[in-house]
Amino acid sequence: MNQKPSILIFGYGNPGRQDDGLGAAFIERMEQWVENNAFQNITLDTNYQLNIEDAEQIAAFDHVCFVDASIEPIEQFSFTKVEPSDAKVEFTMHAVSPAFVLDLCQKLFSKTPETWLLHLKGYHWEFEEKLSEEAKTNLEAALEFFQQHLIKKMNN
Amino acid sequence: MSKKITIEPVTRVEGHGKVTIHMDAQGNIQQSRLHIVEFRGFERFVQGRPYWEAPVLVQRLCGICPVSHHLAAAKALDVIVGAGTGDGLTPTGEKMRRLMHYGQFFQSHALHFFHLSAPDFLFGVDGDPATRNIIGIALTNPELAVQGVMMRKFGQEIIRATAGKKIHGTGAIPGGINKNLSIEERDEFLKGADPLNADKMVSWAEEALDFFKKYYFANKDFVDNFSYFPSNHLSLVRKDGALDIYHGVLRAVDADGKKILHDVDYQDYDKYIEEEVRSWSYMKFPYLKEFGKEKGWYRVGPLARLNTADFIPTPLAQKEFEAYKALTNGKPNNHCLHMHYARLIETLHAAEMIRELLNDPDLLGDDLVIKGEKQKEGVGLIEAPRGTLFHHYRINDNDQIEMANLIVSTTNNNEPMNKAVNHVAKSVMTGKEVITEGMMNAVEVAIRAYDPCLSCATHALGKMPLELTLVGPDDQILDRKRTH
Repeated sequence: MNQKPSILIFGYGNPGRQDDGLGAAFIERMEQWVENNAFQNITLDTNYQLNIEDAEQIAAFDHVCFVDASIEPIEQFSFTKVEPSDAKVEFTMHAVSPAFVLDLCQKLFSKTPETWLLHLKGYHWEFEEKLSEEAKTNLEAALEFFQQHLIKKMNN
Repeated sequence: MSKKITIEPVTRVEGHGKVTIHMDAQGNIQQSRLHIVEFRGFERFVQGRPYWEAPVLVQRLCGICPVSHHLAAAKALDVIVGAGTGDGLTPTGEKMRRLMHYGQFFQSHALHFFHLSAPDFLFGVDGDPATRNIIGIALTNPELAVQGVMMRKFGQEIIRATAGKKIHGTGAIPGGINKNLSIEERDEFLKGADPLNADKMVSWAEEALDFFKKYYFANKDFVDNFSYFPSNHLSLVRKDGALDIYHGVLRAVDADGKKILHDVDYQDYDKYIEEEVRSWSYMKFPYLKEFGKEKGWYRVGPLARLNTADFIPTPLAQKEFEAYKALTNGKPNNHCLHMHYARLIETLHAAEMIRELLNDPDLLGDDLVIKGEKQKEGVGLIEAPRGTLFHHYRINDNDQIEMANLIVSTTNNNEPMNKAVNHVAKSVMTGKEVITEGMMNAVEVAIRAYDPCLSCATHALGKMPLELTLVGPDDQILDRKRTH
């Protein structure tokens, strides 16, 4: 029997800033699903933002999926593969991008987990710990897609 | 004819800042300003909320320094629940909070050094920006980069163990703490496999300090003269004058070391400190009332703390402190880039304190909370990694917050950051017609030394290029440079 690949699903953002909490809300919803399905190979984690130490964490997994809110003009959500990149670091240097984390992981720990970014469209960003109705709809759509995706991936 | 240069935003500084430099027709720098779009709505947001929610609510300010806001709010609410002003908690309550705070200090200072400032030292202020970052360090000095990553991780794990979780931790509550440290957690931090244990962190903190000192003594003229200017310095100190980042009294010294704020109770901070509003910046300018707006401004942060403190109460950091103080003959250090030196001494102190606290059985105690006669008002003060942080709350008869006032570290450093920008602009831009990337970075190096965190100001993370605009006397754009 083949050993199942280890998977890290990492949501980030500030739940105190309305839809910026989509990443953390996604992980919260995934917790029950992972438990119900007894997926021992899936690890869930959250934080306010990504940072350099996450390069060490992702090095321990075969697959990684970062989950974040997005202000970009996407539909309900987007799911894209992350390639390592040492391109110009973002100006908010107390936080880093998924591509940067992956690149640092490759250079420091010689590991390159297959990495994806699930972006969930958000709309409101003020001080309130509550997702907007539109964001909640997007969260449901993304959960349905992602759970199906994971099941297919683990059955292959 | 005069020209105006605008650098927007400032890279490797959290949030959104803009630098404007005014030049006259001869190319002399007339004036430099750091504009920061600070978000002040948070103080209104907490009004009407039950006071006990504040330590969790304030973490919503930003995800960069949530522990500092968490603890400053908790200290203010200690006063409100009648638990005293910071030294009245149970031993377990106070020491768990201190462990959380030193963990935060350690990881924040490590991030600043390895990720934000070391690239400038390794590759030069005018080095290739494509490699002048931690990726560049990873390629040229991987051991150093791994140290930076693992020191961050160790500090984060301390926070997780003391605050309960990474997001919206609830460890500190009014009057104490809601969990102690388990024996398993303690042993993991003390005896865990290398490198994630306290001994290794102390050793690596010493190595980081050695790295900086080696750079410093090889580049002494540059480091000493880069953005040097005299100032007042303000911070908490322990009642006996020791460096203490969690609790103490408020002290300020002038540029010559004379005490100008004499170890006062910070509950009375508004008797001594006022905030000025200027039309061109959303961020206020605090100053000591007694000395007025022109002479009362001060620096906070690592440089200020090592100028106000008489000694450091851990042996390895104290030894480094003595050597550091000897550089200025015991007088206050007013060298901007010595901020990094001071920050690394504090990093070593934090590592020593973490180790000392982990060996203290009080962390395992069960007496977590203390309460007394309720008060209507309280002030919490803490030394955040970037400097002194003030939280002030008043509640009504329904236990709702009716007034909140926060003075964050970056606000305390507003005037000195403006001075630093002006000093560097005069030094590297006077008479220059073309603004190079190296010049732009020199301005940013001066700002970054203060490690400003502007994320309270904005949540529009990323996606913004570095932009420099040269504007003539009639506001026409003479030149614009943009980096991505």
